[in-house]
Amino acid sequence: MAGGRDNLRESASQTAGPYVHIGLAPGHAGLGGIYGVEPGRSTFEAGAAGEVVTITGRVLDGTGWALRDALIEAWQADAGGLYAGQAGADPRVGGFARICADAATGEWTLRTIKPGRVPHPAGGTMAPHVALWIVARGINVGLQTRLYFEDERNEGDPVLARIEHKHRVPTLIATRTGPGAYRFDIRLQGEGETVFFDM
Amino acid sequence: MSDRSLPLIPRDRAAHPPAYDPDYKTSVARAPRQALISMDSTPTEEHGPRFGHDLLGPLDNDLVLNWTKGAAPALGERILVHGRVRDETGRPVPGTLVEIWQANAGGRYRHAKDGYLAPLDPNFGGCGRTITDDRGDYQFLTIRPGAYPWPNRGNEWRPAHIHVSIFGSGFGQRLITQMYFEGDPLIAHCPIAATVRDRGQLEALVAPLDMAMAKPMDFLAYRFDIVLRGRRQTMFENRPEGL
Repeated sequence: MAGGRDNLRESASQTAGPYVHIGLAPGHAGLGGIYGVEPGRSTFEAGAAGEVVTITGRVLDGTGWALRDALIEAWQADAGGLYAGQAGADPRVGGFARICADAATGEWTLRTIKPGRVPHPAGGTMAPHVALWIVARGINVGLQTRLYFEDERNEGDPVLARIEHKHRVPTLIATRTGPGAYRFDIRLQGEGETVFFDM
Repeated sequence: MSDRSLPLIPRDRAAHPPAYDPDYKTSVARAPRQALISMDSTPTEEHGPRFGHDLLGPLDNDLVLNWTKGAAPALGERILVHGRVRDETGRPVPGTLVEIWQANAGGRYRHAKDGYLAPLDPNFGGCGRTITDDRGDYQFLTIRPGAYPWPNRGNEWRPAHIHVSIFGSGFGQRLITQMYFEGDPLIAHCPIAATVRDRGQLEALVAPLDMAMAKPMDFLAYRFDIVLRGRRQTMFENRPEGL
């Protein structure tokens, strides 16, 4: 393989631990004001093209307990299916957000614009999706997953198609609960365990 | 940086801890039981957020002073933490956001959930951030954090450590790790450090003392280099090797 793995290995991951908010979301940790702007406050600015949607969920452990200390990063394309930095991308869509589980309830909310379809390198397009990366105490390597939308055309999505156990596909699909509103619970372990990726 | 979408080299999972490690008790209920679904990266993982220098304030990488906006320095052993971010192919990763957070000199975090009896330092917040330069280099001025106890087994103490978060150029390169300090005897007792099975990989998380970068009569220095996932470099991504 060109540029193979003859020299360096990736640094080993370690858990983000219980105080990850100090570093990545200081406002949430009560250190608001230490920085001018915190990254990932929203995936978009006012005036961005596309439908604004609100996704609410929890991260549940293997006992069914909602994590109060999870931090999720979201990354997505704009309404036209382009990522920030690509030619022609919507300048009002940064595409990146950090969201924290509520310290009392574990509930988190992502308010974003619905992304467009993105081309897949092997052909075809991927259905609208938001990439999620979950870190917390007890998670040794950040977990990669995706959120798809119940009311979109998800058939034929090349990533969902790779999942052999078709009954697990719904774990990646947010349920529509009202106009522009969705529910997406992430189950780390056990019954209804969310699909996580190595990609 | 171009907006070319270059496939990521598949992650070498043996370089990382397993999800499930019963000696680190919290992982028991937070580790997926099912195998990860493996597949090639897509543009979603190959692109990532970009942060410009306009994000940063002048004291953002100075934890000694940033909590008080320069009015009073934090208490503790003053240290420079610096290093280079490269990818697996050895190429520097310039322009990427590096964020750190840590306890104060007594091992206490400025966080509502930390009830350790060691006091807060009124002059220390505990977070910093910077963006790597053209060579992939970064640096922070901070104080050496203290060890602290945590409820895992009966008498468990974390070694002194600094949490480090790095972006890279694609979202699939996202990494959080911890930096430990050369010579700390608690590393060998720590179940979180021990989640890293490969001894060389754990040693790579232990920053050596770097006297060459210490400033006389001011601060000591530690060097912590970081390696992110690489990108495939072939010009012909869709052609099988050898064709």
